Amino acid sequence: MRPLAEIEQRIESLAAQAAPGGDELAAELLALGEEVLEHWVAAKGLEPTCETREGFRLLALHRQGCTNEPSFNACRETCRELVYHYNLVTLDPQHPETAWRLRMMTLVANHLYLFVAGKMQVRGLGDFCCASRPLRQDAVPDSA
Amino acid sequence: MSDTRAKYQKVAYYPGCALEGTAHSYNRSTQAVGKALGLDLVEVKNWNCCGAMEVKNIDPKLQTYLSSRVMSIAASEMKMDVVMAPCNGCYHNLKKAEYDLAHDPDSAEVVDRLSKKAGHATYAAGQVETIHALDWIKHGIGEDGLRKRLRGSLKGLKVANYYGCMYTRPRHIFPEKDQGPGSESTSKPHYMDDLLAVAGADNVEFPLKTACCGGAHTLSDSDTSTRLVLNLLRAAEASGAEVIATECPTCHSGLEMHQVRAEKKFGQATRVKIVYFTQLLGLALGLSPKQVGVHENISDSIGFFKEKGIA
Repeated sequence: MRPLAEIEQRIESLAAQAAPGGDELAAELLALGEEVLEHWVAAKGLEPTCETREGFRLLALHRQGCTNEPSFNACRETCRELVYHYNLVTLDPQHPETAWRLRMMTLVANHLYLFVAGKMQVRGLGDFCCASRPLRQDAVPDSA
Repeated sequence: MSDTRAKYQKVAYYPGCALEGTAHSYNRSTQAVGKALGLDLVEVKNWNCCGAMEVKNIDPKLQTYLSSRVMSIAASEMKMDVVMAPCNGCYHNLKKAEYDLAHDPDSAEVVDRLSKKAGHATYAAGQVETIHALDWIKHGIGEDGLRKRLRGSLKGLKVANYYGCMYTRPRHIFPEKDQGPGSESTSKPHYMDDLLAVAGADNVEFPLKTACCGGAHTLSDSDTSTRLVLNLLRAAEASGAEVIATECPTCHSGLEMHQVRAEKKFGQATRVKIVYFTQLLGLALGLSPKQVGVHENISDSIGFFKEKGIA
């Protein structure tokens, strides 16, 4: 696995490129998303899965990363948007909106990176709100 | 008139603390829009904090109690059937309390004990229906009803609709969502898109509708929040949006404040405006920017709306 900082640099450099190649860039962004999730899964002490879900390893990795970690669902739709944009680009690479779709895909990949990298530093990111789970679950006091 | 529409004509209004402070413009615009649409809001008497994030993270059952008290007052003292909470945090917490009371006997026991101690009726699951401001307008007046009442238009305004995380997650506390045509979707929410489209807005494709804004960590890890927000703002601009519409006070204040911070800290300026969906609806209903509290937002967008011919 590349360090997260290298993944960040790569996403940033892709974001700075003007209308780069279609299929290849889409595949690279999808792979970067997988690498980001591998970091999260490995940090939980698990072996990142090589299985696929709905045809995509990214979605299987996300499911694996959610185990006992409902707040990780906060990036579920971001993963699905990454897959959606990959499909849009690769199924019709000559589409006039391909360059724009790749731009959006880059920003979606960046959001996935920012969320996961943020959670690697502050595990509670996302715990407050959408997961509806207390941060101090092991030390919940009795109510008055 | 359908049963749901009839029920939503007069609802108990639970503004919550954010709408009395940083989100005052959301409070102002929600009430103004309700009045313009002929929908009645009756504020919950002596309401309290929903337990928000702080209480929930220390003692979730205490949060369940606090939210249940709001619903108890609405049901037992005000004899209301519906509580409308425009704040995503309040809406989320009331729905979570409803779920906990229906599925967790321990929570029900704690709520009963604390309610007796506090001297009010114990709330039982199902006594009221909690809805969001989006449900209220979407089902209380409907797209056709809204269309009939428009006095202006958002025509030409490119809008990215940003719902945030608490409106749809976790899925199990929103049993009415994902029920097919007409219901809200938890993976691709669309109620805000639907209403603003009726008002003439040109909704752009925005792929980060429910992505994390880092709102809860805005103080403890400001740089992460700023980076997440900056990415949302850049994505909205790349989508062609001039405006981000929100229905969440945490998202709204986070997006506005971190927009400023991103420029100061990282030298990354973005121009997209951030407003509440009720402010946009209000403008389309012929209300002035001041009536919907545009002047209370952090970024000054009155000039922008005038330039667009909307205000």
